[in-house]
Order: sequence, then C-alpha cells, then structure tokens
Amino acid sequence: MSDTHGSEQALEHPKHELSYYAKRIYAIRDLLLEKGVLDEKDIQCQIEYQEARSPANGAKLVARAWTDPAFKARLIADPKAACLEMGIDATSINEFVVLENTEKVRHMVVCTLCSCYPRPILGRPPDWYKSFNYRQRAVNDPRGVMREFGLTLSDDVEVRVHDSTADIRYLVLPLRPKGTETLSQPDLEKLVTRDSMIGVMDALPALPKA
Amino acid sequence: MGRAVNEASGKFRPGDRVRVRFEDRPGHIRTPWYVRGKSGWVERVYGDFHNPESLAYGGDGLPTRTLYLVAFNQADVFGAAEAPKDKVLVDIYEHWLDPAA
Repeated sequence: MSDTHGSEQALEHPKHELSYYAKRIYAIRDLLLEKGVLDEKDIQCQIEYQEARSPANGAKLVARAWTDPAFKARLIADPKAACLEMGIDATSINEFVVLENTEKVRHMVVCTLCSCYPRPILGRPPDWYKSFNYRQRAVNDPRGVMREFGLTLSDDVEVRVHDSTADIRYLVLPLRPKGTETLSQPDLEKLVTRDSMIGVMDALPALPKA
Repeated sequence: MGRAVNEASGKFRPGDRVRVRFEDRPGHIRTPWYVRGKSGWVERVYGDFHNPESLAYGGDGLPTRTLYLVAFNQADVFGAAEAPKDKVLVDIYEHWLDPAA
C-alpha cells in the first residue's frame, strides 16, 4: 500500500462481498441452526477443533524424533500410536505413514487428484498445496518446485515424490539441521516449518544466537 | 507402519513389476492419468481398503481392494527427469494393476 494517497483513500475500508459459496454455506448453517440439527456451541467446538490442528503438532513429533531415537523408531513403526503418546489425536486418518529424509533421499508430498493432507498433524493445507500449479509440477518438476522454496539438491540425491491419491496420509520427517546439537526441544520445534513436513524444503537452519 | 496395514495381503509383493491399466471410465477414480499405461514396481503392500470407487456413490466399498505403494522412475512417466534417481510414488489399488515383465 502506498502512503502517498490522500487520507480519503487511506480510510476507505476493503469491501467484503460474500462469494456465492460463502453465501451458500451461511445459508446451510442458518438452516441447521433453525431446524435444531446443530446449536451454536457445536459449531464453536468444531471451529476450535479445526483451529487446534496446526503444524505445531507435526513440529512436536519431528523435534522429539530428532532428539529421541527410540521415539523416532516408534513414530516410523506406528505413527498413530506415537501421536497418541504426544497427546495428538490422529485417529481420523485412515492410515498414516512417516517418510524419513536422509542426506541422500528427500521426500515430497502432493495430492494430484485433490488436496489430501495429514490435517490432524499439519492443520489445513496451504492454498498453494491445492493449486493446479503445485499439483502438476510437484510430480513432473519436483526439483524446480524445491528451488522455488530455496532448496537446491545435487543430482546424486534421490527425490521421491509421493502422490497421496488414496487412503494413506504422509508426513515428511525432515533432516535435523547441522549445528543444532545443543538446542532444546522447544527451540528445535521452531525450525520445523510446515513446508519442511510437506517436503518442499528442509527444516530451517540453526539461527545464530542474537 | 500403522495398525490397518497388512503386508501379507494382495497378489503382488514388493519388487514385482507392474503396469497400470490404461482405462478410462467415469467415476471416483483414484488412479491419476499420468501413470495410466505406465510401468513401475511395487514398493510396499499397504493392505486391504474399502474401494473408493464404490464408497463415493454410497456403496459399501466391498469387496475391499489391496492398496500398493507403486514406484515409477520419473523418466518412465514423463519421458525425462532432471536427475536419474528421481521417482514418483503413487498409491494404487490392485484392480488397476497388471503384472509386467
């Protein structure tokens, strides 16, 4: 936004015109309330549940796996049980597989058919994950996509793109960044971005102490 | 692997070469276009799941179908790959797979 305009424009509020689908969903909500199928409390509870599901859940799993080899083994062997151990409810996922990145292998997840995503672990998918551009290029130009996220890999690294087209949801276990040996688990969690668990980038590098 | 997985189910085993059927029919098909007619190999057997092509239309999803993780070389699917080891891996139900040489 430019600040060179007069105050009149600066005070003008954005116009929020509801889209066709937004109007429809509000109409459905009002009907459900009117007919007593749901009450306001049900809706609020569901909103809170949706909001509680966030990439912070995935970051907790990853940071613990980095620091606790026995937990990492359990997370890979039975991800849902490992989630439960960390107080994360992943039971709504039909089947859940953890893909471990190494120096020689990077995994990347897409759903070319729609937007399948491990929501209990990562929350709602970002808009780009659902875009045609990503869904097309993730499978036929994965390295190009990774470069746009700042990750350039050498040719001897194997890129494995997982198209989650069916009952399996995938979580990438990113590599632990170098130089993070002394970091606490909560500090490690800050390095585990959502995008690193989709696999389009690595976890953030250890930041120098301010 | 999680609890629902049954690596003993299905007729294909890890390492088996498979070819994705080139079929086109309307419905809730979970086999992406870009691998139809392409050859790869079974990487993992995930077990038996209700058939989404039936579930999507209110059916019972039966009989269940074995789901596989099928791996393809990027070059075999798209004709070229930026790096030789790159792969695309797709979850495919058994009724979309034939044995391949």
